[in-house]
Amino acid sequence: MIPAPFGLLAELTHRCPLACPYCSNPLALEPRADELDTGAWADVFRQAARLGALQVHLSGGEPGARRDLRDITAAAHAAGLYTNLITSGIGMDVGRLRGLKDVGLDHVQLSVQDTQAESADRIAGYAGAHARKLALAGAITEAGLALTVNAVIHRANIERLAEMVALAASLGADRVEIAHAQYYGWALRNRDALMPTRAQVQAAMTTLDRLRAEYEGQLVIDAVIPDYYARRPKPCMGGWARRSLNVTPSGRVLPCHAAETIPALEFWSVRDHSLAEIWLHSPAFNAFRGEDWMREPCRSCTHRHEDFGGCRCQALALAGHATEADPACALSPHHAAMAEMAERASESGVSDYVYRGR
Amino acid sequence: MAENAEAGPKPRLAPGVRLHFDTTRNAWLLLSPERVIETEGPAHEILRRCDGTRTVGEIIDELAAIYEAERAVIEADVLEMMTELRNKRLVRP
Repeated sequence: MIPAPFGLLAELTHRCPLACPYCSNPLALEPRADELDTGAWADVFRQAARLGALQVHLSGGEPGARRDLRDITAAAHAAGLYTNLITSGIGMDVGRLRGLKDVGLDHVQLSVQDTQAESADRIAGYAGAHARKLALAGAITEAGLALTVNAVIHRANIERLAEMVALAASLGADRVEIAHAQYYGWALRNRDALMPTRAQVQAAMTTLDRLRAEYEGQLVIDAVIPDYYARRPKPCMGGWARRSLNVTPSGRVLPCHAAETIPALEFWSVRDHSLAEIWLHSPAFNAFRGEDWMREPCRSCTHRHEDFGGCRCQALALAGHATEADPACALSPHHAAMAEMAERASESGVSDYVYRGR
Repeated sequence: MAENAEAGPKPRLAPGVRLHFDTTRNAWLLLSPERVIETEGPAHEILRRCDGTRTVGEIIDELAAIYEAERAVIEADVLEMMTELRNKRLVRP
């Protein structure tokens, strides 16, 4: 019996004014002409809700690049889904936000790149972005919408973790996500420029513990741990095809946003199949569902029910095959090489980014 | 910090937090950004009363009546849960 998904990540578009070097979109960005239209998205949301999904994350690219964002949001709400807007803040304004709230938007997640405008704008590849984000944060809370601040952490900003959390608190956020860069796609290409040193990561973990105590009751701090220096892998996606699905701008349905980095997986599209058929029967979703695909050391490991062998995309990228254990795991034969590679990247001296989509 | 449960504020779910009955899983769920928490029993009875119309004292009274339990026992449980809900930014104030 395959359980129902909880969440749907709707990549409404890959268009974005920013060009962050760790963008989670694929290296091959989908063009505007291929994007699903308003009605197709509305149908996806109704199907997702029928399938048992509870939350939709309206993401991109920058979802604000869609002129029909209000109608899309309204359709998600009408389908009965909890609607979360994941935005860079660029292209959004008070008027649009109020409009989204009026049609049922529940929550906004706003990205910030750094606490210093000059550095933040350099990371985003967009002059003036930081100031506009701060202004929009005010508009979000003024509109009565719940706000989460998301900060992707890497070598250029990791030393300002405490300032980042303080900024989130001052912007009126209820929650801040400290998300260490995940090295797939664009971030993998920029790994030398992004990877923090081991010492920086250790200091950041200590700082995080202190901040959690300091902000208790005021701000929830969620952190995605930097797994290149970890000993245990993260339970990536809560397990492959177990909890959520991702629909790309053109309607391809993926078990996670990086899944297309695994060659030979067959993805189905909402243009050809129902979402339920895709969730239950598509080859990509069934490729790593359950535990039958596992090799040693995962196959007989006592941790396999909790971490699901870690991340399939990372296993492919660093261990050479998607059925290997995630090398973030100390039990992987590739673990030491991963840590060494992280250290080499962190000391590479590279500071120029390959900007997304440019 | 002791709370004045009788005359204190009337808690409500925070913005971006909703209680939702899920027909697929046949369960009450608390939906919040990036989180889905199944609620049942006393926790659910407390959460559904966080609607801005009752003081914490009134919530305690109602739970004591439903569960036919000693008020002091219920009070300790409710206050503990209210603290936890506030720390998780799920309920205000």
